[in-house]
Amino acid sequence: MASAPAGPIASSPPLQIEGLVKRFGKVTAVDGITLELRVGECLGLLGPNGAGKTTLIRSIVGRVIPDAGRVAVFGYPADSAAARAALGWVPQELAVYPRLTCKENLESFGRYHGLAGTRLEESVAWCLDWSSLQDRATELARNLSGGMRRRLNMAAGIIHRPKLVLMDEPTVGVDPQSRNRIFEMIETLHGEGTAIIYTTHYMEEAERLCDRVAIVDHGRVIALGTNAELVHNAFASRSQVEAHFAGPSDGVAAWVAQRGGRLVDSTAQFTVERPTEIAGLLDGAAKAGLEVVDVSLHRPNLESVFLHLTGRELRD
Amino acid sequence: MIVPIIRTAMVGLRRDRAALALSFVLPIVFFSIFAIIFGGRRDTVPKIKVIVVDQDQSPASQQLVKGFQREGSLVIMTSPAAKKGVQQPDYTAATAEAAVKAGDAPVALIIPSGFGANPISFSSGGGQDRTAIELLSDSSDPVAPQMVAGLLQKVAMTSMPDVMAEQGSKYTGQWIGGFTPAQQKQMDAGLERLRQREAAGTAAGNASPTANSSNGEIVAVKTISVLGNHKDNDTISFYAAAIGVMFLLFTASGAAGSLLDEVESGTLDRVLSSRVTMTALLGGKLAFNSLLAFSQLVLMFLWGWAVFKLDFFDHIPGFVVMGVCTAFAVGAFGILLASICHTRAQLGALSTLVILIMSSIGGSMFPRYLMPEAVQKAGLLTINAWAIDGFTKVFWRDEPISHLWPQVSVLLAVGVVLLLIARRIARRWEFS
Repeated sequence: MASAPAGPIASSPPLQIEGLVKRFGKVTAVDGITLELRVGECLGLLGPNGAGKTTLIRSIVGRVIPDAGRVAVFGYPADSAAARAALGWVPQELAVYPRLTCKENLESFGRYHGLAGTRLEESVAWCLDWSSLQDRATELARNLSGGMRRRLNMAAGIIHRPKLVLMDEPTVGVDPQSRNRIFEMIETLHGEGTAIIYTTHYMEEAERLCDRVAIVDHGRVIALGTNAELVHNAFASRSQVEAHFAGPSDGVAAWVAQRGGRLVDSTAQFTVERPTEIAGLLDGAAKAGLEVVDVSLHRPNLESVFLHLTGRELRD
Repeated sequence: MIVPIIRTAMVGLRRDRAALALSFVLPIVFFSIFAIIFGGRRDTVPKIKVIVVDQDQSPASQQLVKGFQREGSLVIMTSPAAKKGVQQPDYTAATAEAAVKAGDAPVALIIPSGFGANPISFSSGGGQDRTAIELLSDSSDPVAPQMVAGLLQKVAMTSMPDVMAEQGSKYTGQWIGGFTPAQQKQMDAGLERLRQREAAGTAAGNASPTANSSNGEIVAVKTISVLGNHKDNDTISFYAAAIGVMFLLFTASGAAGSLLDEVESGTLDRVLSSRVTMTALLGGKLAFNSLLAFSQLVLMFLWGWAVFKLDFFDHIPGFVVMGVCTAFAVGAFGILLASICHTRAQLGALSTLVILIMSSIGGSMFPRYLMPEAVQKAGLLTINAWAIDGFTKVFWRDEPISHLWPQVSVLLAVGVVLLLIARRIARRWEFS
């Protein structure tokens, strides 16, 4: 669906970020990020609130002037007209006109991107179809449900059929059913070869949608790779054991620390090389006078990786 | 339960600066403005400009002119103001009429030749052979001509005692057969003393006259509206312009507030990430605001035509010129206010404050000629004053479009300057 921008450097990667720094007063929101997005790739930016994901996205869109570093979209500077034409942005806010219908919203944003006539009509029709809003085309945006408004927000971001799309937490505040519909939309877009940057603090979204994931914390990319690579780099072949205990947690915390684990929200977490190590843990707990309520063994995921790398939970 | 509710409301009010300004600043500002305009010091009361043309040059007419010059509430002009230090020739009847039409003064008095031969009369029937003073009036100012007409009778009573006495003696001779030679001699001596006192400037200028209205007909006056007698709807066109401009300002600032809505919703970011630049965005908003303002003006004047017989269709070219310039200035004003504010609430408070102040001193609430000189001058800092002056020229004075250049220039310049300032301030939305 998308058309690559014309020009001598159209063969450049969809996105190149080098040493990007952005400070707001004493706060460094982005602290030297370097990233490259491949053609047709969906790259997840995974990190907690305040990690710097949105500032990074706004720098790519050209809405934030970085203090240092460089952003290039298909080789063009981020704030250039060529970059704008090649770039679609779905902001976290519901940035649509509430008093306009779905179709009028799409037409307006299409015109802002220079579309007119048949191209505009076709693009509006495609976006309504993509977002499953055909039967709501004449509905005022303010009368739509939260999930529908999210979809309209996404459609408005790609009305000019860009080759690179930035999505800033597009599922915030939507119900599970609408979230699934949004996932399908993103998968359709991805399937058509559009490069996507997808920011989220939901590990399961990154796992489902993204080819690679960049874990962002305190304005830095602390890990980058595929889901499997990240888990392997952090845990190799090790597994995680989670256990819950009855009774007061004072003694539990001390014992968990002594055994090299962590206590997170009353859940004790241990990393083990082999599942048979569970027996040793249970035995040790019994000797310490702790009553184990339940115990489970599972493979680490991105959340485990984040916890492993930062010592904090993803949604802290 | 009442106290916690009051406490919560007070905390909310303290943090809502817009509401605080509306609650406490606006009333004080308005009280001050109205106090200055209507209740201020006496030396700030506006003086009425009166052009006087003495074609008679008789002792009686000269005394009358001197009497007028002693009136503290009038500014008597016998010639236009000097240009580049060069004294201008005295007004003639024609130039005085032109000056009133142009709005240089609301009233001109033409004392015709022959006035001095029979200047006053004590009865309504006795003055039919008198030469009447012509009072040329500008109907856009309903107050000044009537005030001057009244003062004319008062001045006649107080500034020409010898003429009054002489005229009285004539009536005596006419009705009771005249004086004896001795009485006549005494009368002549008395008249001479009065003339000498008048010449010495010691006449009791402020003595209370018994006649207190122009209906007394002591001096015959012929009032002529130089703007034509067909203008029986002059106040309508004034209020169409005056009220119209005030509401245009409110509408424009409200419409420009959509910019703040877009900032708050994040739509502005999205728009600016497209091909639309901030300059193009402000230009589009300005065009929309101006179009909206012009449409409002058209509707207002059409309503005036349909309901109040406003002479709209004979003035369309002038209306279009003034309407476009006013709409442009007002549109830019709205954009500037919106760019200054951070939220809709701030915009609401600031626009209410600024627009009401501009409207009160700019002539949208009451005519500027009623205001003290200083306030009239301050009014020239407002869009209202220039717009109303321009519409006045079009609808009252029937002036050609070329005469609108001061208003057109100022309104366009104001619009451009306000827009440039707004563009500069709007840079904060462009990048962070």
